[in-house]
Formats: sequence, C-alpha cells, structure tokens
Amino acid sequence: MGKVIVVTSGKGGVGKTTSTAALGAALAQRNERVVVVDFDVGLRNLDLVMGAERRVVYDLINVIQGEAKLTQALIRDKRLETLFLLPASQTRDKDNLTPEGVERVITELKRVFDWVICDSPAGIESGATLAMRHADMAVVVTNPEVSSVRDSDRIIGLLDSKTMKAERGERMEKHLLLTRYDANRAERGDMLKVEDVLEILSIPLIGIIPESMDVLRASNIGSPVTLADARSAPAMAYFEAARRLAGEVLPITIPGEKRGIFGKIFARRAA
Amino acid sequence: MTKMLTDARSIRIKGRSFLAVVLAPDLPFDDWLVRLDDLAARSAGFFLGRPVVLDVSDLPIDRTQLKELITELAGRNVNIMGIEGGRPSILGPGMPPALKGGRPVSDEAVAKEPIIELRNSEPKPSVPEARPTLQSIVIREPVRSGQSVIFPEGDVTIIGSVASGAEIIAGGSIHIYGTLRGRAMAGSLGNASARIFCRKLEAELLAIDGIYKMADDMAPGLRGHSVQLWLEGDSIMAEKLI
Repeated sequence: MGKVIVVTSGKGGVGKTTSTAALGAALAQRNERVVVVDFDVGLRNLDLVMGAERRVVYDLINVIQGEAKLTQALIRDKRLETLFLLPASQTRDKDNLTPEGVERVITELKRVFDWVICDSPAGIESGATLAMRHADMAVVVTNPEVSSVRDSDRIIGLLDSKTMKAERGERMEKHLLLTRYDANRAERGDMLKVEDVLEILSIPLIGIIPESMDVLRASNIGSPVTLADARSAPAMAYFEAARRLAGEVLPITIPGEKRGIFGKIFARRAA
Repeated sequence: MTKMLTDARSIRIKGRSFLAVVLAPDLPFDDWLVRLDDLAARSAGFFLGRPVVLDVSDLPIDRTQLKELITELAGRNVNIMGIEGGRPSILGPGMPPALKGGRPVSDEAVAKEPIIELRNSEPKPSVPEARPTLQSIVIREPVRSGQSVIFPEGDVTIIGSVASGAEIIAGGSIHIYGTLRGRAMAGSLGNASARIFCRKLEAELLAIDGIYKMADDMAPGLRGHSVQLWLEGDSIMAEKLI
C-alpha cells in the first residue's frame, strides 16, 4: 500500500504546486512509483508545472463522475518512467468533488503507487478538506512571513480534526516545508527566522527551500525544479526533503549560508 | 511590577447561555409543516415567546427554500433566533444569524411531540451538593489558529501555545504553559476572581469577567514575558512572574 501525502498551506501562492511537482519528481528519481494529484479543481496548475498541459484528456472529475477510467486519466511523465500526473478539471468547480468519489480514487491509486501526492487548493473549504481527508501524512508549505504562518497553523488544526486519521483517533504525521527562504533577509528582520516559524507551528521541519530564480524558471519551462536543474540550490533542498519524507534522518541545512566553516554551526536537526 | 491596564470606563462583554428549542426540519418541508401544524393543534401556543433555533445541518436546500421555510414558520408564530448548521451559501441578509458551538444534551422528546428536540447550551444543573466540585480541563497540545476552547464550567490549562487567531474562554482561570498569541477570556460567566497566567505574553486580546484589553492597550514592557493578570475593580492588573 502506498503512502498518501497532502501538500497544503491554507494560504495561496506559497509554493504548494511547485513543491508537489518537485517532491514528486525527486521521489520518482529514486525509482519509486509516484502519482501527483491536482485537487485544485477549476484553477488547475500542476499540469503546467509538470509540462503536461497539452496531454490532458481526462481529469480527476471525469474519473470521480465515472466518465473515464483512472488509467485513461493518468498521464505518464515524459522524462521519468515512474512519475504520473492526475490532472484537475479546469472547467468544473470544487463542488464536483464528492467524498465517496475522492475516497474511491485515492484507494485505487494507493494500490498501484508507492506515493500519492495530493496538491491541495488554497483555502479551508471543501476542496482543501477533501484533499487532506485520506492523507497518511501532510507537508505544510509555509513562507517565512506572519500571514502564511498563521494560515498554516489553522491548516494544522484542520489536519488534526477533519482527516480520516484524526477521526479514527490516530495522529496525523505533519511536516513543515519552509519555502522562499532568504537567509539574508531573515537576518535583517525582513522575514521570520526558521526558529520563529518552528516555535509558532511546533511541527518537525523537513526542508528549507531557498528563494531562487531557478524555481520560477523551472515552472515556466514546465519542469519540476528537481528535474530542470538537479544541481541548483532549491532542487538540492527538495531532494533532501524527499529523502526525509522517505524516512531518512538528515541534518537540516539553512540554504544561502556558506557551508564549510559555517556549515557545522548552521547545520541543525529537525525540531 | 504592577501596571494598570484599563482606564476607568470599560465595555463589558459577557457570555451568557440561554435555553432554546431546536427545530430540525426534514424534507420535504410540506410534509414536515403538516406534522408541525398537527403538533401545534395539540399543544396550542407551544412556540409562543420561545426562542427557536432552526437546525438545517445536512439538508440539501438552497437559499430560496430556506427563506420560504422561515416565512412559513413566521406565519405560524415560530420566531427563529438563529440557524444552526447552515452552509454560508444558503444564509443571507435578512435571515437569522448563524449559530454554532451548541452542545446537545440528551435529546428529550416532549410527550407525544416526537419532532421536537430540547437542547441545553449549559450542562444540566446537577443535584445541589453541599460542596460543589470544581471542574477543570487540561489540553496537552497547542491550540491552533481558528480553534476555540470554551469551558464555562471552570479552569482551563493548556500545555502548549495558543496561536494567533485561537481563543480560550473559561468560566474560571486560564493557565498557559506556552506562548499566548491569541485571545484569552477568563471568568466568562461573571467571575471577577479569575486570573490569566501565561509563560509568554503575545496576546491579541485579554478579558476577565467581561472587561477586556486589546494588544495595543497593553504595557509594552509585558510583551514576551511570563505574566499573570487579574481584576481589581474595573481594571485589569498585570504583573511579571519571576
């Protein structure tokens, strides 16, 4: 049985879709079978970031409403054999997602794939709660600024109350992915520091992704950053985050700071 | 160090619970209204002067249907004070406000009136004892933004932080072993001796017995410190702990 991960944040524009694509591609490069599912019905983006927008025939809503089979809707990545995309519908809205339909699709995907990564829409309405409902673990994407942190905190509350795991009385595994981090600006006080975010959210950190032009460039050429330029700083941070998701224990490094002499000082473990 | 936190005239905001009858209609409304009329015929004036809450949870209705239902009920002298479980999309201006957080007590069917549920928002008064037991709850995890802890019966202890946008409402005192970034309202049912304690004060709002203080009105020297707050007359007093 595969693991279901929801990538969520509450706030929009913090990097959920980018992170879903990057983590999916990073896990697929470890030769694990990965499907990324776009839950942002009506505002689909994941197909663009994955570079599959011209190959979308059927989508999640078609599958849920029984108009297409899951195998017809899944799109295999052109670069990675083991990476698949289940796109969202652009013409429908989130009311077309039914709890039973989502459950059926997720259960089917879990049987075939090692990782089912659900890209949640922003907000806390039905689209977001359905995306997190069947998750085994959550990646909470947060920018180092107060509104994003507060929205993430709200989402963590929902993860602990509205998911199947929570309703069964189990503990939902939650991981913090800090994106668009700029060490210099954090040092100047323009951004929250890593410690501040961790203190407020009090969930373990799986990665710090530096603010970088590489991310935008990768999105625009339709490639997850971990595929476009595997040696760039954000890609390396995503690779490390993917290894931590898979259960490896690695020290967390704050990107943008010189490694070497300072590496030891700034290397730190997840909270 | 003791600082005055409130000026002499302050606004009192208090929580109060009332007993309301909850009506939970079912579809189709026409049939349900016939049964309601039948009930009204048997016990005339049942709804007269009673606050009624309409519970529309899980009903697949739209705004027009809800409006019609409210009009139908008004024609039967049933005055709706609030709507429970309604999706925001079916509520609108000119409708009774949405209510939430109601706590059901054991459903009591009124004799021969099977469609009425009685719900009490306060715990049923227990048999008077010589020594009333004081109640308290302990919450062992952080209270997240958007969550409310409401415990009118007594003290609330939180082992963890209270996030910005979260609120704690206690009938007694509030103890927070973490950072208080949200709202804390102690003595909510009129208990002037209630206190608020926190390991680190970053609160948005503090209130004791209905007297409240916003973040901007707090002495800046208290921010980030371990603080206790209490009420003297109509003023919230604060003192650093340690």
